[in-house]
Amino acid sequence: MIKLLNLNKSFFMGDEEIKAIDNVNFEVKKGEYVSIIGPSGSGKSTLMNILGLLDVPDSGEYILDGVNTKDLTDGELAKLRNKKIGFVFQNFNLLSKLTAWENVQVPLIYQGISSKESKKIAFEYLEKVGLKGRENHLPKQLSGGQQQRVAIARALCCKPEIILADEPTGALDSKTGVEIIEMFKKLNEEGQTIILITHDNGIAQKAKKIVRISDGKLYDEEAIENG
Amino acid sequence: MVKLLNIIKIAFKNIKSNKLRSALTMLGLIIGIASVIVLVGIGSGATTNIQDSVQNLGTDILTVNINSSDVSLEYDKLDEFKNLDNVEEIAPFKNISVTVNRGKESSSNANVLATNDNYLEISNLTLAKGRTISGIDIENNTKACILGSEIAETLFSLTDPIGEKIKLNGDNYTVVGVLTEQGSTMGTNIDNIILIPITTAKYFDESMNINNIYVKVKDENYIDLAQSEIENYIRSTLLISSEYYSVTSQDSMLDAMTDIGTTLSLLLGGIASISLVVGGIGVMNVMLVSVTERTKEIGIRKSLGARKRDILLQFLVESLVLSLIGGTIGIFLGIALGGLTEKLGLSFSASSFVILISFTSSAVIGLIFGIFPAYRAACLRPIDALRTE
Ligand SMILES: Nc1ncnc2c1ncn2[C@@H]1O[C@H](COP(=O)(O)OP(=O)(O)O)[C@@H](O)[C@H]1O
Ligand SMILES: [Mg+2]
Repeated sequence: MIKLLNLNKSFFMGDEEIKAIDNVNFEVKKGEYVSIIGPSGSGKSTLMNILGLLDVPDSGEYILDGVNTKDLTDGELAKLRNKKIGFVFQNFNLLSKLTAWENVQVPLIYQGISSKESKKIAFEYLEKVGLKGRENHLPKQLSGGQQQRVAIARALCCKPEIILADEPTGALDSKTGVEIIEMFKKLNEEGQTIILITHDNGIAQKAKKIVRISDGKLYDEEAIENG
Repeated sequence: MVKLLNIIKIAFKNIKSNKLRSALTMLGLIIGIASVIVLVGIGSGATTNIQDSVQNLGTDILTVNINSSDVSLEYDKLDEFKNLDNVEEIAPFKNISVTVNRGKESSSNANVLATNDNYLEISNLTLAKGRTISGIDIENNTKACILGSEIAETLFSLTDPIGEKIKLNGDNYTVVGVLTEQGSTMGTNIDNIILIPITTAKYFDESMNINNIYVKVKDENYIDLAQSEIENYIRSTLLISSEYYSVTSQDSMLDAMTDIGTTLSLLLGGIASISLVVGGIGVMNVMLVSVTERTKEIGIRKSLGARKRDILLQFLVESLVLSLIGGTIGIFLGIALGGLTEKLGLSFSASSFVILISFTSSAVIGLIFGIFPAYRAACLRPIDALRTE
């Protein structure tokens, strides 16, 4: 479903070139749960931004569902972000002035779904992530773990092909972090494709497959036997 | 459609959550629109005022002016005017400044209009009480007078002035009539004027040279003919060269006055428009700040599938809504202030046309000054927008 071929992305700090992504080849199939693990600054977020169509590579191909993303217009990219990709960020990235359900509603609005229908869907997904009764809370009235659940509901509500989670537990205490990771595991068991980015080995172990990244290079994939 | 509705909702929400800033932005527009309404309203109010007073004179009236003190048109010679083919009646008149008082009271200045028995009819003036100045008064140089409504009230307050005496430059005149209230017309306040028989003008050391005549023509359809007949008469018989006199119809005067009024309105409107532009720049300024402040929000929205045009629309609708609310408040404020200027004695008229124009221009300002900030917001790259804090 996701295929990266000879992907490169560099940043320049003055004269110095930082190869954030260095000739990466990578494949994710439908239903997989892959974690990408690497130290800070190794290029994880850069990779995720490219996978999420928020950023474009300098060279190489990114094929999503058989479509080469190189040829797409801004509008088509926005549509793919909306329909195929669900983001979960480390800092939640909720809109602070909107309530929980209104945050979940945002991507549905961009699909052109009516207010009434989208509100119903938003409530449904909030219930699914265990936030029934918190629909009208503003983000600042929710704990970190609850905010991340809102973000997960928002990522799920458009039934994305793939969930991209960039250190989703990075801003949470370990207990809440485990709850979130459990939720991902359950979602994967229901068939959801997930790419999870982390620098925490323990969390990475929960995935079905681990890929290591270091200085922009991807290394040996290892399958994990767990339950 | 659904999307548009939601985007409008988002815009309202943002305006509401930044009340103070939104109010300050609107203030510029409110002041701009209100001043357009007030100034244009005063301009067109003045125009209507002038038009009304000119029209009051009727379309069958010509005004003859001798505008040089070097040439003279003696009162005795005016009879011949009346004998012209197209002339029905004439009302020659002289303006004289006098002092007026009643009994032992202190005197004040007043304007006296010395004229004949046709003046009231030609000027469309009516009497509230008493009688008009008659031909006999003219023949006998009777010291009789008619008072304007305001001066009658000043001099006599509640008592009936008819038959009473007033002193003009110390000389006794009998009040024979009082005019109905007119309101000011063309700069002269008829309500404050005193009419006397034209033949008594000589008591005020005035020569009997006449500078102004109202001429009533027999048939208003032939007013042009009457005009050239009179001009011809003045030139060929009275031998006054054309640079010293003018004969104008109310129509041509109306045209001239309307031109002046329109120019006035445009000028005032133009001045007020400058404040509108300043208001528009205020809107742009706030929208730019808003875009910068909300870069992160734009990034999040883009990551969730907002397209360029969704973001563009969101900010455009926001500045449009701001401008329209400001514009609407400005219109109401302008009308209210206009009502206030009316109380101060200025005439004011807010036409629905001006209101429509004001409303449209606030919408246009919202769009024009909103499009640049909105475009900037729309063109932010999602990754750059997301990375800002
Ligand atoms: N916009 C940018 N400009 C300059 N350097 C960047 C930018 N984004 C990332 N980098 C650099 O690229 C490298 C990889 O960054 P990132 O993908 O954020 O790492 P990680 O998420 O693994 O911590 C880092 O050295 C970082 O400093
Ligand atoms: Mg990172």
